[in-house]
Amino acid sequence: MRILEHPVLQFPAKREVSFIFEGTQVTGYEGEPIAAALHANGIKVLSHSSKNHRPRGFFCAIGNCSSCLMEVNGEPNVRICVEELKENMVVKRQEGKGSFPGGEEI
Amino acid sequence: MINTEIAIIGGGPAGMCAALTAAEQGAHILLMDRESNLGGQLVKQTHRFFGSEKEHAGTRGIDIASILEDAIINHNNIEVKTNTTVLAIYDDGLISIEEKNKYKKINSKKTIIATGASEKMIAFPNNDLPGVYGAGAVQTLMNQHGVVPGNKVLMVGAGNIGLIVSYQLVQAGIKVEAIIDAAPGVGGYFVHASKIRRMGVPILTSHTIKEAIGKDFVKGAVICQLDDKWRQIPGTDKELEVDTICLAVGLSPLVDLLRHCKCQMKYIPQFGGYVPIRDEYLETTSPGIYVAGDVSGVEEASSAMVEGKITGLCAAESLGYNQNVKPLKEEFMADLVSLRSGILGTKIREGLELLVV
Amino acid sequence: MFKKTGLINVEMVEKTLPSLERRSGRPYAIFECFQEIPCNPCFTSCKQGAVIPFEDINDLPKIDYEKCNGCAVCVSACPGLACFVIDENYSVTEATIKLPYEFLPFPVEGKNVIALDREGNEVGTARVIKVQNNKKFNHTNIITIAVPKDQVLIVRGLRLEGF
Repeated sequence: MRILEHPVLQFPAKREVSFIFEGTQVTGYEGEPIAAALHANGIKVLSHSSKNHRPRGFFCAIGNCSSCLMEVNGEPNVRICVEELKENMVVKRQEGKGSFPGGEEI
Repeated sequence: MINTEIAIIGGGPAGMCAALTAAEQGAHILLMDRESNLGGQLVKQTHRFFGSEKEHAGTRGIDIASILEDAIINHNNIEVKTNTTVLAIYDDGLISIEEKNKYKKINSKKTIIATGASEKMIAFPNNDLPGVYGAGAVQTLMNQHGVVPGNKVLMVGAGNIGLIVSYQLVQAGIKVEAIIDAAPGVGGYFVHASKIRRMGVPILTSHTIKEAIGKDFVKGAVICQLDDKWRQIPGTDKELEVDTICLAVGLSPLVDLLRHCKCQMKYIPQFGGYVPIRDEYLETTSPGIYVAGDVSGVEEASSAMVEGKITGLCAAESLGYNQNVKPLKEEFMADLVSLRSGILGTKIREGLELLVV
Repeated sequence: MFKKTGLINVEMVEKTLPSLERRSGRPYAIFECFQEIPCNPCFTSCKQGAVIPFEDINDLPKIDYEKCNGCAVCVSACPGLACFVIDENYSVTEATIKLPYEFLPFPVEGKNVIALDREGNEVGTARVIKVQNNKKFNHTNIITIAVPKDQVLIVRGLRLEGF
């Protein structure tokens, strides 16, 4: 959920853009981290682990820990907690270590 | 090749103060940060800072970041590169960076590393579930991006970060079910504890998290009490209905680049992990490489600012710049001692003693 | 207990108070600041010079009650939100407490709120007398509430009814 009013902070309006998550169109603010846009849409599960297929979300939210890796526009292992949202981005849950389009699974 | 006199890696409070102090001396500075903005963790700190007027006491962290950033932008001697990740520091001192997807090289005479620290994790069943987040992460999402990660939070850790982020969660309209800490006492400033406790948030010391509950994401948590030997007391299990578990269990200095420089390191628990061995003016065992802020040992933003000033001054002085350096150096060193002289500075003073040995 | 958890008890606060005569004379400030931390905005913000100068920045702040006039600048200036101003002269049965408030929505003047003690327990109701949110307070707003006189050392927080 998004914070609408805050006793100290102001959140200036940003441009709302559409993007695709797992084949569904959702919206977010241009330039915010993809993780923020997904959470604003109530999406918490960002990927599944390689061996036991356990659900995974973010942890550090500043690009240090690698928990939030997702596939963005076909590229795997994108740290979506720091990657800025752009219009029409295609975001997918990464399964395990990810693979490049046309390439072997790593 | 980009040439500069002093390269500063990290644009948080330490890096920004180092840049300003060195630039005031007349040195040419290149200040770099991997984020799209300067400010480090200051940009998420909505609370008012302590310390003295010199460290902007009473001012909110977010405003301190703006004050420092404005001063930097207006200084002719400081070049700023944001969205710039330092990739490596080589044996000959060369620094390689990625700036907006382009690979570049920097040759600097002196380097100040102010890369901060990152959140620790603790082990408990289901600690990998979505919903288990670092407290700093929740703070980033909430205060920088205006998104709340959940509705009901269990905060693990009653140090300053746990207490402050709990208060900020309440300010954002989120319910904090409890703050727990394995230690018998509250580790953070008591005033931070008081202002959250009076809002009805219980602070349970000698409690730990036993497990997180949930299948796809956190739905609850089980906490239990610890005895005076830190063992779980049977029969004290309590289940809390929460959708977010924030871990505020300490920070670890981000020392990767120091290892590139082959600085001698030492494990100092009081500082959060491995830190570089350095002299009193924060120069490491690799000549010309200085450290400032949480990377030198996890502490406070006020100390980070003073350490930044000291390293900026000393790095500039070593290049031959000397505008009133001696009294300034004495003043900054005295400020640091003063900040660390109270009871709450005990941990830091212990850590410093271990460094000397 | 305080040494471990920071939970302040009334006896600690009572030790810092001025005489009963002074208390019933004019409004006065209370600093519920009992841990030595490096901090001095109470001293730098007080225009009356009523905060005794610190020898060391970690010292606990002390108030000169002759100089303190209860102006409440400290209530908004303290980063720890540890300053309160009491007016025991408000009426025969009630006293007022000025406390810092950094939440939304604001309480409404004239309405009742739930009065909370230092542990967040409900201890009764209080009536909101004044809500001050000047820009110079930098979002640490000052709320004045009226409580029964015997609760001046107990009430330290408030909750809006229905929240």
